[in-house]
This record gives sequence, structure tokens and C-alpha cells, in this order.
Amino acid sequence: MGGDRRTLSLRGASTVAIAAVALVLLAALAVFFVWPVTAILWRGIAPDGVPDPAGMLEVLARLRTQRIIGMTLAQAAIATCCAVLLGVPAAMVLYRLRFPGRSLARAAAMVPFVMPTVVVGIAFRVLVDGTVLEDSWWAIILALVFFNVPVVIRTVGTAWEDLDPVLEESAADLGARPISAFLRVTLPRLAPAIASAALVVFLFCATAFGVVLVLGGARFGTVETEIWTLTTQYLDLQGAATLSILQLVVVVGLLIATSRFRPVSELRTPSAGRAPRAGDWPVLASTAVTAILLAAPIVVLILRSLRDGPDWTLDNYLALGSLGGRTTIAIPPLAALGNSLAFGAGAAAIALAFGLAASVLLSRPARSRAMRRFVAALDGALMLPLGVSAVTVGFGFLIALDRPPLDLRTSALLVPIAQALVAVPLVIRMLLPVLRGVDPLLRDAAADLGAGPWAVLRTIDLRLVARPVVAAGGLAFAMSLGEFGATAFLSRGDQATLPVLIERLASTPGPGNFGVATAASVLLAAVVALVLGAAELGQPRRHA
Amino acid sequence: MTHVRATVRPFVLAAIAAIATGALLAGCAAGPEPSGPASSEPVVLTLVTHDSFALGEGVLEDFTAETGIEVRVHAAGNAGALVNSLILTKDSPLGDVVFGIDNTFASRPVEAGVLEPYVSGALTAAEAPYLLEGLGREELTPVTSGDVCVNADLAWFAEHDLAVPETLEDLIDPTYRGLTVVEAANTSSPGLAFLLATIGTFGEPGWQDYWRALVANDVKVAAGWSDAYYVDFSGPSSEGDRPLVVSYASSPLAEITDPAAPAPTGVLLDTCFRQTEYAGVIAGTAHPVEARQLVDFLVSERVQEDVPTSMWVLPVLQSAELPEAWAAHVALPESPVTIDSASIEAHREQWIGEWAAIAVP
Repeated sequence: MGGDRRTLSLRGASTVAIAAVALVLLAALAVFFVWPVTAILWRGIAPDGVPDPAGMLEVLARLRTQRIIGMTLAQAAIATCCAVLLGVPAAMVLYRLRFPGRSLARAAAMVPFVMPTVVVGIAFRVLVDGTVLEDSWWAIILALVFFNVPVVIRTVGTAWEDLDPVLEESAADLGARPISAFLRVTLPRLAPAIASAALVVFLFCATAFGVVLVLGGARFGTVETEIWTLTTQYLDLQGAATLSILQLVVVVGLLIATSRFRPVSELRTPSAGRAPRAGDWPVLASTAVTAILLAAPIVVLILRSLRDGPDWTLDNYLALGSLGGRTTIAIPPLAALGNSLAFGAGAAAIALAFGLAASVLLSRPARSRAMRRFVAALDGALMLPLGVSAVTVGFGFLIALDRPPLDLRTSALLVPIAQALVAVPLVIRMLLPVLRGVDPLLRDAAADLGAGPWAVLRTIDLRLVARPVVAAGGLAFAMSLGEFGATAFLSRGDQATLPVLIERLASTPGPGNFGVATAASVLLAAVVALVLGAAELGQPRRHA
Repeated sequence: MTHVRATVRPFVLAAIAAIATGALLAGCAAGPEPSGPASSEPVVLTLVTHDSFALGEGVLEDFTAETGIEVRVHAAGNAGALVNSLILTKDSPLGDVVFGIDNTFASRPVEAGVLEPYVSGALTAAEAPYLLEGLGREELTPVTSGDVCVNADLAWFAEHDLAVPETLEDLIDPTYRGLTVVEAANTSSPGLAFLLATIGTFGEPGWQDYWRALVANDVKVAAGWSDAYYVDFSGPSSEGDRPLVVSYASSPLAEITDPAAPAPTGVLLDTCFRQTEYAGVIAGTAHPVEARQLVDFLVSERVQEDVPTSMWVLPVLQSAELPEAWAAHVALPESPVTIDSASIEAHREQWIGEWAAIAVP
């Protein structure tokens, strides 16, 4: 029959399009991630052209290696638990309650995530010096929580905002206490978003570098700092490759373990939130504690940026626009901010395009077993860049992308590509739960009403995902603004980004250098808050 | 099918744009074909260096004006990452000239054959002490020199009516208990330099005993220079309460607010380790002649008189004039500790490992 043939041909077209998108995604991943990483790992696996498994086993057998693996996992696990425990209540306050200044608060909550690690590390050291936390392992945990709570707040909050509150309210109406209404009704529906956030945070913590180095560097290494030391101090590629492979194995295992969390499909009826009430006090109190934790190091920085020795001054801010005789930096901080914004916009655009395409692809119901397997594998593969050491990827770029037509080693283009590589997994983790949560019946209903696959995509998927797309874009942008590892590796002096410049100022002797570094950090924080705040206000209005 | 485009297009476009721009840039990066002296295209050299490299405004431009050769700077991370990058990219070099290989890392790239034999003829007998002994003598031209020394907060010692310590031995004297902060040798370049100063001074196995005594005397080990200096040190621009810190011989200069008065911090001249940084021609460069010219330029008076203010290190060229403030305030050790780089290379991992077991168990 005519109608059937039409559906069939459209289905064929959509299969071809899906395959094409998948192919492009895989090709980009292969060129900019798999190939470079494989190339550098191979140098370590086979130092003389022949694989040397005995040498690698010897690295694993070292007592130091085992201690560091244990420490990395424990540190990431504890920090992730703390970040989730603090982040979920804050997500409820910021995304479920309605109060004046909410947009600003949401934007401000993201700021810690992009702060330069060396400067924040120093602020934390100032805070914990003289307390029991001085020189302690827990100082690192505290700092990791500081950096990662924002990820939980944003990921969980964005999903929470889209949950129909009616169910929870009816539970309350039926006499359930708020906590049990939350545990029985809301939490199960929120679990996929929380799992997503926890996975991302765990990967971030397990591969944390700068802050671990500043707060515990000498004593408490992680796999990531160890890879850095082996690579840049001992030039021991074999040791570094062994640890990188181990990192990969752990990450893949984690991805498989968490892939079981699939959202229950339901109709999304987002609400604008409700006014706070007296029963909210535990959540509000917890959020207040979180706010203090997030604000304290930033306050330390603000105070330091306003001082020159014992005197209060604005000089550090006035110096942002000029070189001020500082030849240790090639361009003034304001020019570096311009670079950061440009790279950030490029990276966010790439990450969004890539992440949205991937999320749509991954959210399509798989028709066959093989297809399901393929989708699961692609899902995992796209997360890998989060779990691989930036040092490994950086050196991989150097040796893999070294010949025309892809001699990108000294090209400015590599910066947004490298930044997008790390932002894509985050975008996917924010969009995928929403898209997977779309009730297939909704799509079927639209199809029954005569909508073709692309109309379904446009009217159902893209419309539902519009708000998370803005949120994810903001996050990708903010993340690129703060990104240091890959950028430091790749950027040239005159193209330095603000974080690179800040690290450089903070670690070079010179009159006033550190003061200007703190002022520039405060500027970075303000810009991030401003950009995210604007994104928040500019979001498509939800239908009430 | 319009909606297909709507979804797929942004990424495809981005990908195409990325690949096209990449190819374009790669084309540019490959540089002009070697078309002989008749070519009017200027030669572009890439100077591969570490991320602490800086020169004053207009310095590299002067080189271009003088020779017609343009210079692009490519920073490859810290000194260790720089050496590693050179070795990894041996078959397809990152650039033409390298600056920033220091004496703690010098023998590895020479051994790996990533450098062409060339030492600038601009050096005279006065600079000979900076040349490497043995490996690297034919390949590396010394450019800058910096001393890593213990710095003292002079005001603190005056206030507490305590004599300023002078030697490494003084630091383990109970009088100075809990007053010193050092950087970790496994994560910090000045930290490694200080460890080498103790190894050069006390030898094997004396240095291990020295470090045990230092730890017993409550030395603090910070991860990097920034946090040791700004968080733990008690100097005027710092937050801490320890008046002794491992830093650079030039650090007191950064603390001066009144040019007429003596600097508020000072240097213990018997605790210094000398770090010399070298330049060389990268093997496989398409422009060996021009690359040599750039190496010569790095030891010319123009660059040598600029490095104190741009990189806070000393020039090796003895005829170079120091800035006034440097001449007035930077004291230099007469006999800094040095250890030959082959020996550092052979023992680096072992020394750092033993150090970590003692200092940061």
C-alpha cells in the first residue's frame, strides 16, 4: 500500500542518515583521539619496535604503582560521593525552587569548575594551613569536591527541572514525608542523571592533575600525576604507557558498569518550580554549607587580588589591560581573555554539534541485537577522552598529527579540538538522559499522525532537548574557558588563553606577578558567571 | 529531506571546515619549498622552547629585520616535556632550533641524536665554563644561567634577633628548626636543583643523612615553587611564616619596593645549584644555515642583555651589560654546585626515589 511504502522509504533514508552521522563521529574520534593515543602508547608498549610485556608487568609490580592506583581510586570514589551528596540538594534548591536571583545563583554555582587549578590550589593551601587539613590527603578531596560539585548541580538540576512534580506532590498529599516522597518517587526517576553526573565526576577526579600536584603533589600522587612525572621527569614512556593502559581499562570497566542505568521513559512535563517552604530546611541548610565551600577559596582570591603586600589597592586589576613591563607574558591578560573566549566559542560549537548528533544517534531505539551492541560501544567510546591522561593525548598529538594533511601540531586549531574532545562526553551525558527518557509512544504517536522521522526528530526530540542544549553548551563553553592541560600543551605564546597566562604569572618570580594572577582569576570567574548567567536568561521559555 | 540537513549539517560543516583549515595550515606550516637563494619568500624558523621562554618586545623582530628570517615560537611544556617532545618527534621535527634544554636534561637529547653538531662561534674563552663537559659539548650552546639558592627573609631574622644562616649545614642546626620550606624534587624544577645542590655538596651517602637531619629539623616540602614561595615563605609578598625558602638568586629583586634601600630578602650564596640553559640546532631542519644564525643571535648582546628582565636569569655572555638593579642587588655565588649532566641522567630516578623515601614518605 502507498502509505506503507512511504514509511519504508523514509525508514531507509533515516537509516542511511544515521549511518552517515555515526561514520563521521567515528572518523573524528579515530583521527583526534584513538590514533594519537594508540601511537603514543605503542611507543611505550614496544620501546624497540617489539612489545615488551615483561617490562610493563615490572612497572605494575612496583609497590609505588600499586599504592598510587589504590590512592587514585579511593580519592576519586570519596570525592565523587561527597560531590553527589552535596550537589543533589543544591540542585533541588537551584532547579526546583523558585526564588529571586535564581538565574544568577545557577550561573555562580558553575564558577568553581573553571577556576585555574594552580591559583585555587594556592587559595586552598592558604585556607587549610594551620588546620588539621594541612598537608593532609583530605585537603585534596576537599578541593576535588570544590571543582566537581558544579557538575553534579548542573547535570542533575537540568534533569530534575524536567521531572513532573505532580507525582511527588501527590505522594506528599497522601501523607508521605518529604524525604520518603523523594526517596520513593523522585530519586528513582533521577537516578540516571545522578549516575551520569557521578560517572563524569569520578572520571574527572581520577584524572585530576593540577590541584593534586599543588595540594599533595610530593606525597600523594595519582595515576595522572604519576604519568606526568614518568613522562616529563624520567622520560619513561614504558611506565607512562603502562599506567595509561591501566587508566583505560578502569575507565572502560566503569563505563560498562554504569551503562546499566537507563532512564525509565516517561512524558516530560517540566515545571517552573515552587516557592520554598518551611519543610525545605534540611535541603536549604545543606545548600548553604555547599555555598560556603564553593565561595571560600574564591573569597580568598578576591581578597588577595585587592592587596599589594600589606596595602589595599586596585593596581592588580588596572594591570590587566597592559603588559606593565612584564615580559614574562607575551600578551596582556585582557588579550588572553579574548583568545579564551574565541577558543571557547569554537570548542563549544564543535562539542555541541558533535554531542547533539551523537546523543540523537544513541537515543534511537535499536532495532536489533547487533545494533544495540554497536550503540552501547559507541556510547562508551565517546566517553573515553574523559578518562585518558591529558599528557598522553598531548604527546599523542605530537607524534600522530605530524604530517600533511594533518600537521596540526603547531596549529591554533588544535586548541578548540582538544578542548572539545573533553567537552563532548559532558554534553552527551547531559543530553542523552533527556533523549532516552522520551517516551517512545510519543514518537510513535507523532509518526501515526503522519510525521516522518525527521519531523519526529524536530518536533519531539529537538524541542524537548532545547533547554538542556543551552545548558550543555554553556557548560562546554565554561569548561573550555577554564581548560588548562591540553591548552598549555598546544597553545603558542601569542595565543595563550587566560588560564595558561594565569599559571604562568603565578609560577614566575617577578614583582606583582602573583597579585595580577589572582586578579586575572577573579576576572575569569566573573566572565564565566556572566556568560552562563546570560545563557540562563536567554534560554527558551518553557511552557508553564 | 530538509531536516536531515538541519541535523547533520552543522557537524559536517564543522568537520569539513576543520579538515580544510587543518590542511591549509599544514600547508603553510610545511613552509616554502627549498627553492634556492633566488626565492623571495622569507625563511620561517620555528624555535621550540619551554613555557617559561620570553623575550622583550621587539627582540625577535630585530633578528628578522637584520636577517630577513622570521621566527615562530612553539612552547612545548616544561623543560622535561620539551626534551621528551624533541625525542618523540625525531623523525618529523617540531622545529629548527631549540632553546631551554638545561644541564639536568642535557645528555638525553644528545644521546638520542636529535641535535645537529653546532656551537655558536660567538662564544669566547670567558664563556667556556658554561660549556658542557663530554656529551653535548659539540651540540649545545649555553645561553642563560640561573642559580637556585635558599632565600632568606632578612626582616624576619632581624626581628627575631637571629643570625641569618649561611650554609646548607646551618639549615639542620636546631636554631633554625622549622624555618625552612623547600620544593619537592619529584614535582618541581627548583626542588630538583636543591636536591642536586645537597648531593653535590655532601656526596654519596652523605646527602641521604643530610636530608634525614633536615626532615628531623622540621623542613616543609611544598609541591611547587609558587606555593612554597607565596604560601609558606614569610617574605613581603607572601603569606607564610617560614623565613627560608628555596628560590632563585634573582628572587630578592622582585621584592624591592624602594630602589635605594637594600632588598628585604637575601640569598644564601653557599647553597646554590647552577642551572644553565642551552640552545641547539634540531637535526633534520630544512634550514640549517638560518638555524645557526638564530643560535648565534641567542648569544648576541641584544638577547643576552634582555634575558635578565624577560626570564629572570643571567646571560652567559660575560661582555653583556646587566640592568642597573641586577648589578646593584643580585649577588652571585662564586662557586655554585654543579654536577655533570651524564651523572644526573644516570642517577635521576634513583636519587629522586631515595629522596622521596626520606623527605615525603
